[in-house]
Amino acid sequence: MADGVKPRVKAPKKAAAGDVVTLKTLISHKMESGQRKDKDGNLIPRSIINRFTCAFNGKSIVDVTLEAAISTNPYFEFEATIPEAGDLEFTWYDDDGSVYEDKKSVAIG
Amino acid sequence: MNFKTMSLISAVALALPTLGMADADDDTLVINEEIKIVTKAPAPAHLDGALDEVISGWHFRADGTQAMEMDDFDNPGMLAVETGEELWNTVEGSEDKSCASCHGDSASMAGVKAVYPKWNDAAEEVYTIQMQVNDCRENRMGAEPWKTDKGGSIPMEALLASVSRGMPVNVAIDGPAQATWEHGKELYYTRTGQLDLSCASCHEDNYGNMIRADHLSQGQINGFPTYRLKNAKLNGAHSRFKGCIRDTRAETYSPGSPEFVALELYVASRGNGLSVEGPSVRN
Repeated sequence: MADGVKPRVKAPKKAAAGDVVTLKTLISHKMESGQRKDKDGNLIPRSIINRFTCAFNGKSIVDVTLEAAISTNPYFEFEATIPEAGDLEFTWYDDDGSVYEDKKSVAIG
Repeated sequence: MNFKTMSLISAVALALPTLGMADADDDTLVINEEIKIVTKAPAPAHLDGALDEVISGWHFRADGTQAMEMDDFDNPGMLAVETGEELWNTVEGSEDKSCASCHGDSASMAGVKAVYPKWNDAAEEVYTIQMQVNDCRENRMGAEPWKTDKGGSIPMEALLASVSRGMPVNVAIDGPAQATWEHGKELYYTRTGQLDLSCASCHEDNYGNMIRADHLSQGQINGFPTYRLKNAKLNGAHSRFKGCIRDTRAETYSPGSPEFVALELYVASRGNGLSVEGPSVRN
């Protein structure tokens, strides 16, 4: 696991059924592109988040492929319709195989 | 719309652009819909004849950059504040203490950042907040000091700034600190480098104008440490001074040097009256 990786999500705790809500996510990650060289001229191996997904009660909302040119601490903001009470599941996939997860419950009311 | 109002509007439209697109805008900064930030204030008395109003660098940035600072979730500098909070509670050194052991909650430090750099009686010199943190680390915790703008210095300064946000910068320039302040003022107005520029050449005489593709602000440091989009990390004031002096094509002082401590005191005093804003977001 890369150092200092911590996912963060901002989602409303409550929504009316059928509401469109804004979701914000950020994961601290250095997003090493694999293009840079260290002091001795050796390539620094690529280490990025290569995929991000968000699902609501198991149903996909977004599924994003990230490439090496995306800068450090990738941030996503998107909207989703909340039809019923349930859980938002956020997943980040690291190059090194690590998977970071966060979950936010949304109540109807 | 008749011809007369049309020509009036076009006259206004013609007059405005001559002020330049780089001027400070009139937006207001409220962080988390809660913390009101004073980003424009009457200039402190010692700036009589130099500036009428002091303006935070926030006003010189594009709307998108400005928005990043208005919500902690969107502000990448807050990642460092979280790191700072961890450091605050980390026990280090021979005395088995963390910052929290003596000071309690980090929120109890509200207002501290606003008065630094500040004269330290025991050391008989002006301390930046990073020096004060190191003083604590060495003498109370028995821990290794951090280098200026390196290691834990920046996250800790970011934490201390964040709990003081919204409070007015109010550094003392008289009393024992006066000599250091005078030194800082002299440095501010001294032209350096092959380009023969002083701090004032850009940040006093030409703020609101463009320097190549970028907007010149007043160079206020109330928002430091500052998250810069160009290098995607938090930057300390001394590192920024170094960057500026390097850009005049001069040999620079080092971060943490007595010259930069004096300059930090002087530049901070030019922002007396603005709110502490760090960690801010800039280009």
